[in-house]
Order: sequence, then C-alpha cells, then structure tokens
Amino acid sequence: MKRLLLPIITFALLSIWAGSCLAASTIKIGALFSVTGPPSFLGEPERNSAKMVVDEINAKGGIKGKKLELVVYDTQGDATKAVQAANRLIKEDKVVAIIGPSTTGESMAVLSVAEKEGIPLISCAAGSKITDPVKKWVFKTAQNDGLAVTKIFEHLNKRKINKVAILTVSDGFGASGREQLKAHAAKFGIQIVVDDTYGPKDTDMTSQLTKIRGSQAQAIVCWGTNPGPAVIAKNVKQLGIKLPLYMSHGVSSKKFIDLAGDAAEGIILPSGRVIVADVLPASDKQKKSLVAFVKDYQKHYKAEGDHFGGHAWDAIMLLKGAIERGGDTPAAIRDQLEKTRGFAGIGGIFTYNTADHAGLAKDAFVLVQVRNKDWALVK
Amino acid sequence: MACLKQRNMGLSDQIAQYLVSGLSTGAIYALIGIGFAIIYNGTEIINFAQGEMVMLGGMFTLFGLDVLKLPLPVAILMAVTLTTLSGVLFERLTIRPLKSPTPLSLVIITIGGSILIRGIAMLVGGKDTHAIPAFSGSDPLSIGSATILPQHLWIFALTVIAIVLNKLFFQYSITGKAMRACAANRRAAGLVGIDVRRMVLFSFAISAGLGSLAGIIVAPLTMTSYDVGVMLGLKGFCAAIIGGLSGGLGTVLGGLLLGVLESLGAGLISSGYKDAIAFIILLLILFIRPQGLFSRAQTERV
Repeated sequence: MKRLLLPIITFALLSIWAGSCLAASTIKIGALFSVTGPPSFLGEPERNSAKMVVDEINAKGGIKGKKLELVVYDTQGDATKAVQAANRLIKEDKVVAIIGPSTTGESMAVLSVAEKEGIPLISCAAGSKITDPVKKWVFKTAQNDGLAVTKIFEHLNKRKINKVAILTVSDGFGASGREQLKAHAAKFGIQIVVDDTYGPKDTDMTSQLTKIRGSQAQAIVCWGTNPGPAVIAKNVKQLGIKLPLYMSHGVSSKKFIDLAGDAAEGIILPSGRVIVADVLPASDKQKKSLVAFVKDYQKHYKAEGDHFGGHAWDAIMLLKGAIERGGDTPAAIRDQLEKTRGFAGIGGIFTYNTADHAGLAKDAFVLVQVRNKDWALVK
Repeated sequence: MACLKQRNMGLSDQIAQYLVSGLSTGAIYALIGIGFAIIYNGTEIINFAQGEMVMLGGMFTLFGLDVLKLPLPVAILMAVTLTTLSGVLFERLTIRPLKSPTPLSLVIITIGGSILIRGIAMLVGGKDTHAIPAFSGSDPLSIGSATILPQHLWIFALTVIAIVLNKLFFQYSITGKAMRACAANRRAAGLVGIDVRRMVLFSFAISAGLGSLAGIIVAPLTMTSYDVGVMLGLKGFCAAIIGGLSGGLGTVLGGLLLGVLESLGAGLISSGYKDAIAFIILLLILFIRPQGLFSRAQTERV
C-alpha cells in the first residue's frame, strides 16, 4: 500500500496541475444575443462589438496572460431559446460569465438560471426590473428606460409643457416605455391626455395622430424602434402637426435620420453619448472610450457604431476590469464587478454597489436634436 | 392662435382625415389584393408568396438606386423586370414540378416559398429598413380639412390603371380568356388546346409584376425591408377575400373598405384593435359570404 501511495499522489497532483493548466490557457465568456429575429437591430451590433473588443484584448495579450474566448449563441429574441442557450453555456461550454441577452423579456427568463448556477450575468437590455430588486449575480449595462423618460420630462418642464400625448409601439420596448412614462408623469406635473399605441409593422399612423391633433396635447412623445417612429415623423409632417415631437433612445442612430428624411428635423430624443461622440467637449470623461469605440467599429464593420453595440462593449470591458482586479472564477468576477467604480464606458459612467446593479445615473443620457440631418446636443 | 384653432378642430374634421387616411391605405391593400386575385383566377391557387413579390419590388428598386446608382425610373423598370422573373422562376421551380397538385399542397408550397424568399432577401440585403424617395416630393396636399401625400395619388392612379388593364386583358385578349378558361375547368381547357401550364406561368408573371409595382409605389410611404411583405401580403389577401377574389372592382372596394374600417377603428376606438378589425372582417366574410361582399354567388362555377 505504501509503495502505491507515492505514484498515486504524484498522479493526482499531476492531473490537478494539468487540469489547471488547460483551464488557465483561456477564459471562456458566454454571450446570448438575438442576432436574428425581430430584435436583431440590438443583437447584431452587440455581437459585432463583443467580438471586436475580445479580439482587441487578445491581440494585446489577453487578461493577465490569458486569452478570452467568446462563445456566442443566437437567441432570436425568444426567451425559451435564451434559457436553453444559457444552460448550454454554463453546463457544456463551462463559461465563467455571460453577457446579454439583448431584450428585457429574455433577460428576465435567463436571470433565474444565472442565479441558480451562480454565474455572473451582464444583461444588455434596458428594462429596470432586471436589476430592481437587486439579484446577486445579475448586472446590466443598458440605461434604464426610466432615465430616458426623466430626461424628456425635465425638458418638457423647462418648456412649461404639461399636457402630452404618448404613442408607443405595442411590443416589449414600447410597453416598458409606456409603463415608465405613466409612472413618472405625475412627479413632473405632466398629464397624459392621449395614450395610444401602434403595431411594430404598421405603415400608417395618421389615425392615431389625427386623434392627438384633436386633443389638448401640447407635445407628442413617441416610443418605438425603427421603422415605426420614422413613419410617425412623416405622418406628423403630412398632417401639418406643429407640436414638438419627442422620441425615445430606441431610434438614436443615423438610420432613423435616413429613414425619416426631412421629417426628422427638430425631433428631440434622449440618447447615449455615442452618437454625439465627436462633438462632446474634451473634458467629458467618456469621450476617450466613445471615440475609440466609434473608430474601431467603423474600421471593422464599415458601419456606424451605435449605443446598442456599446452595451456589449461595456459588458466585456466591465468583465475585463473585474478579472484584472480579482480572479477568473465566477464568484471572484461577481465580487469584483460589484466593486466597479467610475468606469467610463459607452453607455455612461458605471458605479456598481451592493444596492445597485444598474450602475448608471440619469446623466448617462444626453438630449439630442436632429438638425441639418445630423445630431446636435440640446443644452 | 392658429395653434389653438388647430387643436380645437371638430370631430367632423377628424373623421374626414380618418376617411382620407383609410382610403389611401386601402388603395395599397387593393393593389396587392389584385395580385392575389389574378393568380387565383388563373390557377385557383392562393399564392401566399404574393407579399414577397411586393417586398422584392421595393428591395430591387433600392438595389438599383443605392448600389447601381440608377435614376429612379430605370431602377423601377429593372425592379419590375427582376421581380417578374422571380415570379416565373418561382412557378417553374416550385409549382410546376409537383406531380399531383392539390390546392392544399400548392398553398403550402407558396407559404414555404415565401419563407425562403424572405430568408434570401434577409441574407443578401440585410435586416435593415430602408427608405426610398417619394416620386414627386413629400409636401402634403389638402383635401378640405384632411391632408394627403402626392405618393397616395400615385397609388390611386396605379390602382385604377391596374383594374382597367386587368379587365381589358381578361375580357378581350385571347391569352386572358384562355387563363379564365383554365380557372373554370383545367381539363376542359387543356382539351380545347389551351396550354394550361403556360397560362399558370403567365398568371404568376403578371401578378409578380403587379405585386412588385405595388411594392415600389408604396415603399416611399411604408419603407422597405426583407419582412415588409408579411403584413402587406396578409392585408392584401383580406382585401381580395372581401372582394370575392374578383380581380377587378370587388377587390378594390374590399381594400378600400378594409383601409377605412381600420383607420376609423384606430381613430375612434383604439389602435390596439386595428389588425384585429381586419381579421375579424376576414373571418366574418369567410363564414357568411364566402363569395365576397360584392359578388353574387357564382353558380356557373361548379
């Protein structure tokens, strides 16, 4: 027996060493994005940005000498598929952290998996309920819808407008916006006089707008993602409605101006800083990250980097920071993520703590206006 | 002051706008519906890929404008030609090879075909929505207290031309008559020497061309993307069913009725019910008057 002991111990030690050596060569990060399906306008730039930033980190030697490996699954905007993919990432691919999913619905479905398995999840969706109440393993990078609503209502207060019509799209994004608009209105002394919706594939909204024109509304707030809001902008022009038109951050990309054309002029919306990166003052803390992101994205994908891609960029960079500060086990990453302070990313300046896993304040948004087919900052 | 006046506009002014909006949307549905009707009248098939022909029209025009930098009229001509060819190809590759065509298998094939075409369009053209410039500006025109865009006039004009040509073709040309004969009785038509397969091909070509023209002319209003054909196709189908798949005035009236009801419903009740209204009408018609609202029951067709 004694003679056997030494070889056994040696073998055991060797296998532990070999095992840790294999594990040590790469750090596996999972990603769930709806690259196809209705929310592909979110998932595609998110996947592109995540791949881009992982390649860059690896080109510079990885994190503490270890390369990152990104495993991406397409969830097609479907919560069931997202949960299956999350389980696969954790059980088969053995990732140490997951970024995504792209939408609030998918995130709400996946977060219980992350909680149960003890894997940090950084969601790229906007719904505030993802991190409210705080869940131990769940963080998010996209700005809460409520912050965007606050930004719009503050501007309405400044213009002494207190009667608004809201026109929201009848999908998850619009429903969340509608909820937040109604929840915050009273606090700002704003009365919602018309509350109407439109379908994501509708091609004519003159009926809803005619109703709004006949109401007491002094401004219109529209909540949707392309192409609906562009149709609404055109319909507003067609009907000769002169009321100020506000949109959500769901259309804060050049694409919206392309689609709406002249009808986009004068529209005001809250947006992450990324679309106005080049006109930000040099003192802006995010400027460095923003300009780097926009330039890289242009170089890799010949397209304009938008704030959706920025959510994934932020998620990877937050993970990088956490792994640099601590270890690369799920628990260490989680603990260090929570200690992130003042990270200037694309979506804003992130400061997580035990009571806040969303990490952003309302200054994560700026108000922009379409002027001469481009974005201008609203002071 | 003007602003105040605008805000206090009466209900009648609102209804005028609902009607005008409804008619202009309805004309789009009608135009697409005619495409359904033509194929049905030539072949007794409901071609669910018709919506994709509408989409292809818009996407090919976009390709001509943005990639090949063609002037608008040339791009339109190219798009109509290419879509017609796609329609012919579609018939050749999916409908014709079928050994024992039953209406059900044909309908399922067209649904499969539509998913395939949409998938190809997504892979080739990307998932983005694109805008196409309006043909003659976008300054609104007023009709009484309501407003309309110049593009809507193009739609109305094209719809009228489409019905007239359609009527002339099916009533007076030999090919048109032969196509009607095929629809009435395939076998008998074959026995009197009509090349049935050729007529089927023709009807696919015509309706693809018409569908693409509809897609191009509505694109400045609705914009275009790989999946724009789904909803427009369904609405066009509704219009055709309301009109009893008549290929003429019935479908047009069906489209206009659908548009007006949708618009009134969205304006006066709630926009949440807009699509529900269309499909409730569709179901009611199928239950109560399957021959369509405007036609007498056809006894001559056995």
